[in-house]
Amino acid sequence: MSGLDQLYQQLILDHAKRRTGNMPLLGAAEPPVGASHQINPTCGDEITVEARRDPATGRLLVRWDGEGCSISMASASAMTELAEECDPEGFNALEARFHELMHSRGQAQPDEEALGDAAAFAGVSKFPARVKCALLAWMALKDAVYQIEGADRA
Amino acid sequence: MLSAAQVARIRNDFPVFDREVAGTPLAYLDSGATAQKPATVIDAEQDFYAQRNAAVHRGAHTLAVEATEAFEGARAAVAAFVGADPDELCWTKNATEALNVVAYGLANASAGLGGAEAARFALGPGDTIVVTEMEHHANLVPWQQLAARTGAGLRWIPLGEDGRLDLTDLDDIVDEHAKVLAFSHVSNVLGTINPVGALVERARRVGALTVLDACQSAPHLPLDLHGLGVDFAAFSGHKMLAPTGIGALYGRAELLAALPPVLTGGSMITTVTMEGAQFMAPPQRFEAGTQPVAQAVGFGAAVDYLRHIGMAAIADREEALAQRLVEGVARIPGVRLLGPADAADRIASVAVDVQGVHAHDVGQYLDAQGVAVRVGHHCAQPLHRRYGVTASTRASAYLYTTDEECERFLAALAEVRGFFGADS
Ligand SMILES: Cc1ncc(COP(=O)(O)O)c(C=O)c1O
Repeated sequence: MSGLDQLYQQLILDHAKRRTGNMPLLGAAEPPVGASHQINPTCGDEITVEARRDPATGRLLVRWDGEGCSISMASASAMTELAEECDPEGFNALEARFHELMHSRGQAQPDEEALGDAAAFAGVSKFPARVKCALLAWMALKDAVYQIEGADRA
Repeated sequence: MLSAAQVARIRNDFPVFDREVAGTPLAYLDSGATAQKPATVIDAEQDFYAQRNAAVHRGAHTLAVEATEAFEGARAAVAAFVGADPDELCWTKNATEALNVVAYGLANASAGLGGAEAARFALGPGDTIVVTEMEHHANLVPWQQLAARTGAGLRWIPLGEDGRLDLTDLDDIVDEHAKVLAFSHVSNVLGTINPVGALVERARRVGALTVLDACQSAPHLPLDLHGLGVDFAAFSGHKMLAPTGIGALYGRAELLAALPPVLTGGSMITTVTMEGAQFMAPPQRFEAGTQPVAQAVGFGAAVDYLRHIGMAAIADREEALAQRLVEGVARIPGVRLLGPADAADRIASVAVDVQGVHAHDVGQYLDAQGVAVRVGHHCAQPLHRRYGVTASTRASAYLYTTDEECERFLAALAEVRGFFGADS
């Protein structure tokens, strides 16, 4: 596979189109418990991620709105699908794994079982300029989840 | 105009073009960000360190004399290259610093520094600073800061749909309250060459100072600052074949003599007591501390090289490249040109928006073909916002750019939407 095909795996291009979670934000009627806005200053990519914990299941509900390159949009989509299977603690563990993978400079073997579609981003870690793109949504959700946990602690 | 054979010879002077990227020869179309360096510039810097390295303007030993001569010789060469007198040219680290030296100099004058002579530079509430909507952040943020510091207002000349400044309301925007009109000679995104004459004339009528960001004109066009009649100008060496770390501030002699310095300390004073200090005359007044001497010498070598090739020939050649790029882009479906659609009054810097594909992805695809372009907002967020995008892809050419490199860019650009499925 060429470097370009490793970066833009079909799964990533599909997610960039599908954009799971890219829906109207929860808004005031249903107040989000956590919300975070992140910017990638080098290219102006932006994302706002909102998260709430479903009181019945304890799982996260994620919505996002953003604009950016295919890597950042696909990453937000894959992340949403994974995060909605998780409670806050589970997401944090997942985020730590993804973060580590992204900083592996192409060396790490992704744990496909744990990371699901997000494992397809392993190739991104070979492109230092794009790591930030892949991490943008994750940084936002991590922040939003931190707020949820903070509200729990209070 | 430079022939293909001349361009080939020019390329031989640039060691970097021996490099391959992605298994193909490098097609470097990012000269708007920074230019590649000819061996004469690399050698001049190295030779300075190897043969003449010493502190300038002090010490009577042979090396100190030679170093000073090389340093001041470079100043004279760069000044002549842009149509200025040597004493009107102050070294700075880059254009950003030069623009800040003017803006903060005005702030210092507004705070009462510099005595009666500097009072002409003072701003306050009721005054305005005028910029344009196309500015690089380097010629926008310092003015926002100056406005915030002094209470002056900030206004701007808008951009039209065609990528040129919309001067319809010029007389209203640059009215009798205007104290400063700061604008770029050439847009680093759109490639537009602005009508300096009309802007200077209007500023003069209302008594506003003109500050020209010449970053994208000095490398590409014959430049005559005296002829243009601007009050201040800024440019960076690295965009015109020189090393990084060296740029210049031009100011009309009379103005530099009255402007309060921003950086103060060693090498810029005449007398210092515990209570205060007296400053040297320009340009030294604006060159506090040890200067980037080897870089200045490299800058001198860079303008010698450009002068040897001839700026008129370079500008003609780049107009042909601009035409090739603009026409080529127009033939690609789903690709929108930002900036003037004709080759007149523009340089060969061509920014595009590829529908359905983010600029980062475009740049990545091009890089995989060995084509180096710039993607992002190019330090001009308001400009991009004006055209409804957050980022664009920019190909920018220079004297060493070949027709074939432009064709490689265009061919790869034509494939991008297909690769990302944006054409389905
Ligand atoms: C029009 C313009 N102004 C200012 C600058 C700032 O130059 P520097 O980063 O060398 O200070 C640039 C460079 O990107 C430019 O293109």
